[in-house]
Amino acid sequence: MENRLKETDRYWNVLSLAPLCLLLFFLTIIPLLSLIYTSFFKVTWDGGYLYEGIGFQNFFDLVENKFYIPGVKNTILFALITVIIQVVIAYAIAIVLNKIKYRVIYLSIFMLPILLPPIVIGSIWRLMYGFDFGLFNYLLSYLGVMPIDWLGDPKMAFISIVILDIWHWTPFSVILLITAIEGIPKDILEAGLVDGTNFLKEAYYLITPLIMPTIIVASLFRFIMSFKVFDEIYLLTQGGPGTATEVVSFSIYETYFESDNIGLGSAMSVTTLILIILIMYAVQKIYIKLRLNAHD
Amino acid sequence: MTRFLSHSLLVILSFIFLLPFGWIASLAFKRQIDILMTNIISPISYGNFIKLFASKESTFSNDILNSLFVGLSSTLIVLIVCSLASFTLTRLKIEKWLGMIIFGWVLVFHMIPPITFIGSWFVLANSLGLFNSYSALIIAHATINLPLGLFIITNYMKEIPNEIQEAAVIDGASNYQTYFKIFLPLLIPGLFTAGIIIFLFSWNDFMISINLSAKATQTVPVSVATYAQQYEVRYGEMAAGSLVSLVPGLLLTIFANRYIVRGITAGSVK
Repeated sequence: MENRLKETDRYWNVLSLAPLCLLLFFLTIIPLLSLIYTSFFKVTWDGGYLYEGIGFQNFFDLVENKFYIPGVKNTILFALITVIIQVVIAYAIAIVLNKIKYRVIYLSIFMLPILLPPIVIGSIWRLMYGFDFGLFNYLLSYLGVMPIDWLGDPKMAFISIVILDIWHWTPFSVILLITAIEGIPKDILEAGLVDGTNFLKEAYYLITPLIMPTIIVASLFRFIMSFKVFDEIYLLTQGGPGTATEVVSFSIYETYFESDNIGLGSAMSVTTLILIILIMYAVQKIYIKLRLNAHD
Repeated sequence: MTRFLSHSLLVILSFIFLLPFGWIASLAFKRQIDILMTNIISPISYGNFIKLFASKESTFSNDILNSLFVGLSSTLIVLIVCSLASFTLTRLKIEKWLGMIIFGWVLVFHMIPPITFIGSWFVLANSLGLFNSYSALIIAHATINLPLGLFIITNYMKEIPNEIQEAAVIDGASNYQTYFKIFLPLLIPGLFTAGIIIFLFSWNDFMISINLSAKATQTVPVSVATYAQQYEVRYGEMAAGSLVSLVPGLLLTIFANRYIVRGITAGSVK
């Protein structure tokens, strides 16, 4: 049968894969190459782009840049803290949710932060964090607590962003974990009941080991995805005060679009790309190792 | 007892997740003065919505149309491109390395912060004279959502039983016929799931729209951000705009939450 269809197969294969491959080629591969190329130039706009070769200068500038390196450090710290807290909370929620029959109602409410525009979430939280007439300080005033400068104080600003991100992305892990729990064969949990498990024992001895792979995947996936954080930072702090909430995406945006420094912006992008690919590689190694351990 | 505790906990959590949206909804119906005075109880005012939709300098109605147009077009592109490719890559005999390269690169692309690419898209669009055009925006949105589309559709594609495909081949159907007459109808739930998620992500996108569009083609999130960025923040209009921009997400969550859960899971766990 393969012989009979060989002629048409070729056409079909080429035609059906062409749209995807063309899009990927022109919008991801070419831009990637152009990024690498541009990172060795000083680019100025004068009705057209003027390129002036400056070797590795952009990469030296990047190390000295006030924002980039602190941004990388902040992003990694931010990703670590938020992911750990999110997954722990999500695990607890999923375990409780699993016992509820009409959990879809709760789940729909919990899903909202993921599905609504991040920039709107940023604008809402900006209003809530407001110093003079924000919701949080208003509520605190009833408790007799002095107003907190949520976004103005460097330490507090970082914590505020972390709180927002936990609120925003914990539901994502909840969905992954509850789906994993739902996927556990019923007879395993029933066997547990026969053996006299209670709520906590079941969670600890049965559910946790069985969904461990999902817990690991959710954590690693969220860790890498945390590098994308941008919208909330853009609206809430613009990376400030100082570099307290500077993140990679925002440094690149600022350099490329606000300061019009396309060469340096490209160098930052290339460095970030390499960093992410290295992290992905490491993450994969960790994943394989953790999974092997989880099976022991 | 445990039941009661669980429900109380979940109700408190629901409250925490709903609070910001309730708060913004309440602000949307307040006058600027009541917002600034933190008056919790205040006369209900529709002024913000009137300013948003009826005032001359506001482009909000136009922004909604932009968002819808860009969102629907890019979603359609992703669905066509990804269902075709996914069918060939997962259902036909094809060189193994090809599939590995495509899926591998798409996965890497999915993980990379989009801002790293948007810079060169901007330069590309500018050189082609496409800055502030719908086509640049639509293609950019389609590209950024290709990975999700491909993963979700492939997830459904793999579930279609082999027997159906074999039967088609025995009946002498060409690949063209198998795809259009057999797979596409069976794939409708998958296309629906992917479509919802991709439309929402396009509707929600801020980073691409702010960098590739200007006043004429700006989308809703960009316009909401503008209200927050002005020298004197216009809280009322910002709240009203935010509230309107929540509508598609809310509607789809209410009416299609099963699909969304499946889409989020299929799009992330490989």
